[in-house]
Amino acid sequence: MARDRDLALEAADAGGEEAARPEPSLWRLVLANRAVFWGGLLLVVMVAVALVGPAFTGDPMAINPIQRLKPPSAAFPFGTDFLGRDLLARVVYGARISLAVGLAVAVIAISVGLVLGMIAGYVRALDAVVMRVMDGLMAIPGILLAIALISLSGATLLTVIVAIVIPEIPRVVRLVRSVVLTVREEPYVEAAIAAGTRLPWILIRHVLPNTVAPLIVQASYISGSAMLTESILGFLGAGIPPEIPSWGNIMSEGRTYFQLSPWIIFFPGVALALTVLAVNTVGDGLRDTLDPRIARKM
Amino acid sequence: MWRYVLMRIVATVPVMGVVAVFVFLMLRLAPGDPAAVIAGDYATAEDVARIREQLGLDQPIPVQFARWIGQLLQGDLGTSIFTNLPVTTLIAQRLEPTLLLSLTTITFAILVAVPLGTLAAWRAGSLLDRVVMLFSVAGFSVPVFVLGYIFIYVLAMWLGWLPVQGYKSPFVDGLVPFLQHITLPTLTLSVIFIALIARMTRAAVMEVLAEDYVRTARAKGQSELKVLVRHALRNAAVPIVTVIGLGIALLIGGVVVTESVYNIPGVGRLVLDAVLARDYPIIQGLILFFSFIYILINLVVDLLYTFLDPRIRY
Repeated sequence: MARDRDLALEAADAGGEEAARPEPSLWRLVLANRAVFWGGLLLVVMVAVALVGPAFTGDPMAINPIQRLKPPSAAFPFGTDFLGRDLLARVVYGARISLAVGLAVAVIAISVGLVLGMIAGYVRALDAVVMRVMDGLMAIPGILLAIALISLSGATLLTVIVAIVIPEIPRVVRLVRSVVLTVREEPYVEAAIAAGTRLPWILIRHVLPNTVAPLIVQASYISGSAMLTESILGFLGAGIPPEIPSWGNIMSEGRTYFQLSPWIIFFPGVALALTVLAVNTVGDGLRDTLDPRIARKM
Repeated sequence: MWRYVLMRIVATVPVMGVVAVFVFLMLRLAPGDPAAVIAGDYATAEDVARIREQLGLDQPIPVQFARWIGQLLQGDLGTSIFTNLPVTTLIAQRLEPTLLLSLTTITFAILVAVPLGTLAAWRAGSLLDRVVMLFSVAGFSVPVFVLGYIFIYVLAMWLGWLPVQGYKSPFVDGLVPFLQHITLPTLTLSVIFIALIARMTRAAVMEVLAEDYVRTARAKGQSELKVLVRHALRNAAVPIVTVIGLGIALLIGGVVVTESVYNIPGVGRLVLDAVLARDYPIIQGLILFFSFIYILINLVVDLLYTFLDPRIRY
């Protein structure tokens, strides 16, 4: 008995090892792919700016009415807004908000989607229910859904993040479910079942590792799209509370003064576009390197 | 074939049902008293009570739901709290600009993106290919409204070629003013669509170009144009049409933003006006309306497959 179990375990382990067969290290993959390298570099710069930048630029909230709506100059490289606040300081500070929103949305959407996707893929009885709910959720245009959720629950940082997360979940669920459905038919999973491995351990030991590569790619797309959605919500006046200088909020305030002071929209817009471009480039590069089979799902 | 069409239509019913349930529950599950949230910070107790009654929130939830579904099935999307007009009337009033903007955008995007994507695939690795690919990544990275303001700044304010904002109806104001006013919004909204379609076209055509029948076509002396259009593009049509259908979700989100940037009185602007006024029945009705359109278009796309690819038979 015990021997049979050991043999089965060995078979299961061999299968597990196949997934972890000596691959080039992540670092070498990064260097091998130019897109990932440049996108990653840009992203690192943005993260660095978000982390240490606010220490070097002035107070993003300091109001200075005499200096209001000044074009870019030596004193204010990005100009000032309608309250005379230093736009450079605000854009640098806004990087924190936008990157934090992107990261939070990606982490939450992936976690929730992972759990639901595993349930749908492994528990036949719940599969149909979960997937129909996801189909319905996918049919609702994401921005509209987010606007509605925020207008109902009041706009705070948390509700904005949740409102951006919800429309992102169905794609993650579909992705995870498809991986689960493939993996559960693999011989190493059958071997593990034969060896009496319990379901939670099968999910953690055999299914989870197979979802990592596609989910990393998906996470990068989600964080990019979350940053865009945050800015659009802020711009429409349905986003994070206006006193928090996110890029979307800065641009929203710039609308009224656009004809006279276009820099208020221009600089945060460029910062946002570069950040999302960096994230998307890294995502594309990782997709090509990690798993050429997953097509980008819109 | 007709069996399949029927089955496919029936299959949209549960999806619509889930959307309806979701939209219904959103209001009821929201934290706090929805009537108070909708009424706003300065509402009196009577206002809140009036809104609660108007929305039927004083009834038990199953009764509310049954009533609501009954109304929906009769094509009633609810009534605006502030204007007291049916949501369907409000949508109908504002449908023209949105519909026309969507049509010009989709047409323009397809006319630009399909040839670009095909050429990029034809000369994969060339400078043109790289430019198209760069554009398709960049197009996903710039928020729609930033593009809108860049276009306004350069083309309207700086060069003075086009009007800054506003909408002119082709039926009332004439075709030329309409085209002048619709050009910038169309350009703005097309960018992300062009990026999406060009990317998919390139991938699909590249795959087809590797097929044996393309080599055969070339071997028998077909011109490259015929190879690309008749053999490659035609066989690549299914994924391209699919991505256009899925892209409608992007288009709907983009319409809300674009109409706001260019001050176009369309359905997208209605969303924003409703949010600012906390007119929740309108928001609910609009979500249902847009989801319905999205489901409908993707149903049509699904049914188109048989015409695009005679090999697909149901």
